[in-house]
Amino acid sequence: MDFFKTKPLINLENISKSFGNQLIIDELDLKIHENEFITLLGPSGCGKTTILRIIGGFETPDKGRVIFDNTDITHLPPNKRQLNTVFQKYALFSHMNIGDNIAFGLKIKNKSKDYIKDKVSYALKLVNLDGFEKRMPDSLSGGQQQRIAIARAIVNEPKVLLLDEPLGALDLKLRQEMQYELIRLKNDLGITFIYVTHDQEEALTMSDTIVIMNQGYIQQIGTPEGIYNEPENAFVADFIGESNIIDAMMIEDRLVEILGTRFTCVDTGFGKKTPVDVVIRPEDVVLCDPAEGIISGAVSHLIFKGVHYEMEVTACGFEWLVHSTGMFPVGTPVGIKVDPFNIQIMNKPESEDEQAVSLEALEENS
Amino acid sequence: MTRSVNDNNRKLNNRRNFGTILMGSPYLVWMAVFIIVPLFMILYYGLIDRDGHFTFANIMAIASPVHSKALWLAILLAIIATAICLLLAYPLAFILSRTTLKRSGFVILLFILPMWMNFLLRTLAWQALLEKTGVINNILAFLRLPPLNIINTPAAIVFGMVYNFLPFMILPIYNSLLKIDVNVVNAARDLGAGNIKILQKIIFPLSIPGIISGITMVFVPALTTFVISKILGGSKILLIGNVIEEEFTHAGNWHLGSGLSIVLMLFIVINMIASSIFDKNREGSML
Ligand SMILES: Nc1ncnc2c1ncn2[C@@H]1O[C@H](COP(=O)(O)OP(=O)(O)OP(=O)(O)O)[C@@H](O)[C@H]1O
Ligand SMILES: [Mg+2]
Repeated sequence: MDFFKTKPLINLENISKSFGNQLIIDELDLKIHENEFITLLGPSGCGKTTILRIIGGFETPDKGRVIFDNTDITHLPPNKRQLNTVFQKYALFSHMNIGDNIAFGLKIKNKSKDYIKDKVSYALKLVNLDGFEKRMPDSLSGGQQQRIAIARAIVNEPKVLLLDEPLGALDLKLRQEMQYELIRLKNDLGITFIYVTHDQEEALTMSDTIVIMNQGYIQQIGTPEGIYNEPENAFVADFIGESNIIDAMMIEDRLVEILGTRFTCVDTGFGKKTPVDVVIRPEDVVLCDPAEGIISGAVSHLIFKGVHYEMEVTACGFEWLVHSTGMFPVGTPVGIKVDPFNIQIMNKPESEDEQAVSLEALEENS
Repeated sequence: MTRSVNDNNRKLNNRRNFGTILMGSPYLVWMAVFIIVPLFMILYYGLIDRDGHFTFANIMAIASPVHSKALWLAILLAIIATAICLLLAYPLAFILSRTTLKRSGFVILLFILPMWMNFLLRTLAWQALLEKTGVINNILAFLRLPPLNIINTPAAIVFGMVYNFLPFMILPIYNSLLKIDVNVVNAARDLGAGNIKILQKIIFPLSIPGIISGITMVFVPALTTFVISKILGGSKILLIGNVIEEEFTHAGNWHLGSGLSIVLMLFIVINMIASSIFDKNREGSML
């Protein structure tokens, strides 16, 4: 991505944070570039909000520095930072009308009345709520309140907007609408968005860059495509989308043994006879006539999912998750084929600990 | 479609209302017997004379110099006591609402603790403390300090009111401050507000409902008290509450007592209406 060529706008250096004796963030490094839509994605409690609060100034790290535009802002209070936050539960000022809510930041900065009036109506237009100035927050729907919270932040023209699960409280349809609206807003305004969510679909739809976190550690940083297609470890593979994660053995370059059968793949450089994990996305498992398959088995489960069928195929003692537009009734003997470039090889986690962690997370997720 | 949903809702509402009335009936009976009936008795006695003829004389009696002086003094002292309570209670409630749960619970307990003691007893205790030859003056004399001569003055009455009614100011304000979401304060800070602006534009406005109910809860009992003024004010300072009590007990003139009570109730009602209008204005001006 071209982001990595520009200088980072925000630089988190070696950040650690504990609450009590519980270590939440451990020596985290993260660079955020100008104009980037970066998403922190991870299971509940992994420290996403904590990182956002450290960037926003509501929490001071125990160790490490927050650099913003080449200045150390680690100890600067929130009201002195050039960034604004959209809080998880909107946090509108219930005693002020919408106009006053949005004008709050500008009034603090002693802007002129005319300027404020123009800005407020411009911000309301941006979030498609023209003419709402005189309404009270509690007379608005959840989606409208959310958009007001966004308008209240962007009217201050921050360089960076921090959003903590801003769509978490909305229903699916509204959430999808708001996702498009946020992307449009970001493109209109040309500012950096740091977005927190635990919804992987949301992250894939909206982000330029996704940071996958687990238990205070960054698991992988990359583009949505990169993370989806080339997960670096089993945790990422499982967290992003559904997948078949199987113990395997790299025989030699471009040849991997999965469940006792050799598959051609495209990966090289893992050495010979190396234990690895392979990830195969359910949509990449091709069902065919048993005679044509690399391995064969029988369909054990079938669910219609609208666009596709979801099937489970028992083959070589493993339950393969398969997404296909073709339907094979339960009990049908089928063959399984996988194109070599759809087999993703990953190194095994280095320590038993790490493996335990990622397995635990897998279970929590399913 | 919409209509049938509405009908269903109405049916549901009716059923719910019926249930509410059923559940509430003991309270309704209670209210009728102990609040509504006495109110009507006061109205009845206040509007007739000894011979049972209808008259406004009992109410008009408020215009007599003694009575009107007692009323204005009561209003003045109640306002002063309420103002002092507010000034003391707000910072305290604010500090309490900011401390961690355990400690603030303990401090709140300290403030509520005296309320478990009898009101009369507490006030009598202060009489003994403030007496010309009482405990406080003995200590002052021992320390060779000038004596404190506030017993039997309006100051002592105000002191008694503040002492007795302060918790009623602290609790509603504390509750309203506690209800303020930390994220709302964080949002204000995020938008550039410093501590003073946050206090002025967020915390204070959001605590107004608490302030108003605190004011009502202190002002009304302070306005109507006769015990505090009797015990700490001696017999010379008459508040309207003392006048009414005199009429009901020693003078045995229930008609005059009721008439003056009606006037006093009028002031209480005015206070309540004013506070509710003020509260509504606050909301209304934002609409
Ligand atoms: N003020 C605090 N005091 C003590 N522990 C805290 C505090 N704030 C957060 N934690 C702990 O830190 C961990 C990470 O919290 P954080 O809010 O960052 O999670 P999150 O990734 O945002 O989760 P979610 O998706 O549920 O919002 C949690 O275990 C939480 O209990
Ligand atoms: Mg969170």
